[in-house]
Amino acid sequence: MAKFEKPKALLDVPLHYCPGCTHGIAHRLVAEAMDELDITGKTIGIAPVGCSVFAYNYFNCDMQQASHGRAPAVATGIKRAMPDNIVFSYQGDGDLASIGAAEIVSAAARGEKITVIFINNAIYGMTGGQMAPTTLLGQKTTTSPYGRDENIQGYPIRMVEMLSQLDGCAYAERVSMHNYPNVLKAKKAVKKAFETQIAGKGFAIVELLSTCPTNWGLSPVDALKFVEEKMIPQYPLGVFKEV
Amino acid sequence: MAKVLMKGNEAIAEAAILAGCRFYFGYPITPQNEIPEYMSRRMREVGGTFLQAESEVAAINMVYGAAGCGKRVMTSSSSPGISLKQEGLSYIAGAELPCVVVNMVRGGPGLGGIQPAQSDYYQATRGGGHGDYRMIVYTPSTVQEAAEMVAKAFTVADRYRIGVMILGDGMIGQIMEPVDLEAIKVEPENTKKLWATTGTDSKDGKRSVVNSLYIDPNELEVVNQRLEAKYDVIAAYETEYEEYMLDDADVMLVAYGTTARICKSAVAKAREEGIKLGLFRPKTVWPFPYDALAKAAEGKKAVISVEMSLGQMVDDVRIAVNGKCPVHFTGRTGGVIPTPKEILDYVKEVR
Repeated sequence: MAKFEKPKALLDVPLHYCPGCTHGIAHRLVAEAMDELDITGKTIGIAPVGCSVFAYNYFNCDMQQASHGRAPAVATGIKRAMPDNIVFSYQGDGDLASIGAAEIVSAAARGEKITVIFINNAIYGMTGGQMAPTTLLGQKTTTSPYGRDENIQGYPIRMVEMLSQLDGCAYAERVSMHNYPNVLKAKKAVKKAFETQIAGKGFAIVELLSTCPTNWGLSPVDALKFVEEKMIPQYPLGVFKEV
Repeated sequence: MAKVLMKGNEAIAEAAILAGCRFYFGYPITPQNEIPEYMSRRMREVGGTFLQAESEVAAINMVYGAAGCGKRVMTSSSSPGISLKQEGLSYIAGAELPCVVVNMVRGGPGLGGIQPAQSDYYQATRGGGHGDYRMIVYTPSTVQEAAEMVAKAFTVADRYRIGVMILGDGMIGQIMEPVDLEAIKVEPENTKKLWATTGTDSKDGKRSVVNSLYIDPNELEVVNQRLEAKYDVIAAYETEYEEYMLDDADVMLVAYGTTARICKSAVAKAREEGIKLGLFRPKTVWPFPYDALAKAAEGKKAVISVEMSLGQMVDDVRIAVNGKCPVHFTGRTGGVIPTPKEILDYVKEVR
């Protein structure tokens, strides 16, 4: 029987994430992919600005911390400098879909051979629950206290669908972590995103629908239900690009 | 080898290649476009990487990534583009990454103009972005000097793990002058950079993190103090300047870059008329040669800062002279270049 252990690609340190937050699962999936592909020793990860900024303290590989939204540009610099190494960025929705929209689109268009782990929890977690580009219509946040109104704040962005339209994008999938079968699907997707890079096919992105119980004001269990009932209808799961 | 006729921008690009720079990330902006154009052709010939970024913001962050891997890397831009790079330059300072940044300054503020100016002096010498930090800033006044300073910039950047700026202007970038590329001294690169993120396999398992975040204020204060100590060492060892016809001078001009060479013409004209005029030329404006300038100013009837701005370096001149003799300012701005006659007329007015 297989023994359930901490992946070697994760350092044995406590994570700072809130109880019930799915960053921990996402970290684990990335680390398991690194273990299974035996790439930790040649991987360079990029931590963003956001809740996952301290990712550089958690992954047992070389890490760079990037300024807000610029992780795909930093990843480009790293990958061009170290083409034989594996490069991944780990970014939230504010980082990737708002302030860093130009960098993610351009990196995908260039077909940068990098892996992007995109955590979409529909909110700015680290700064205390402000509206994100991915916040759902009607969703209340600290900067949309009346609920997001499409006439005022516009519509939520579906990033992987957009990026999948670009010729440089080799792999784009959206997965969820709200229950065990979906975590397994997410694990496969994350691994696939690394395999796409290893095969030199081009830009790979996995969007992981995630929870933010603290800023959503929900219990961890209700937060998972929110993903299933509210987020998935807006952000359908599936593979949008695979070459 | 015979001298070759080159534009300042091209000489800077070739000097960077000679210094071992194999990564260039940039975005078009006048008056520095010859640098990315030259690099786009040359980098392929030498097995390097040229990439036109989607913005100056992206370019400086690509520099961050490659510099974090320990590679010799450069970007170039002009004033509005350098403003966009400031966030990245602050992160580069915080993470202590070596890189070279060229600013071919044009008139501002805003979109300003495309003619030469020196109005980015404050930005270049006071860090430019957020936080307590400095960059080493070289100010070439000829194409030959620009090429030599670029080559040196890579060595100094590596030595101190710091961003180094070449602060030129539209004229230094566009003027064509004979250049002796063989005169460019290139010190061998120390390629052992254990701090760089090259994968733990390449360092016997040692894990490297490139970072500028320190949540604990006590920890961040220690980091700032460590940076300050580094800046003090740089000020002690890397300050450069030139004294020109100062021995018998009773009036001293202070100027850098393009303005300094115009001042040399003004000095020659003055001497023809029997006016004892000399020039103090900072070759680094950070670190600024405060002590040397203070010494040079001793006993002078007047010190005049000459700049292509409304007067920015004059603040540093005043700090150096510290009230011991009168400090004046003259200059043109907005892309207008002062003439030797204008400078000499001002000298006659104040002496």
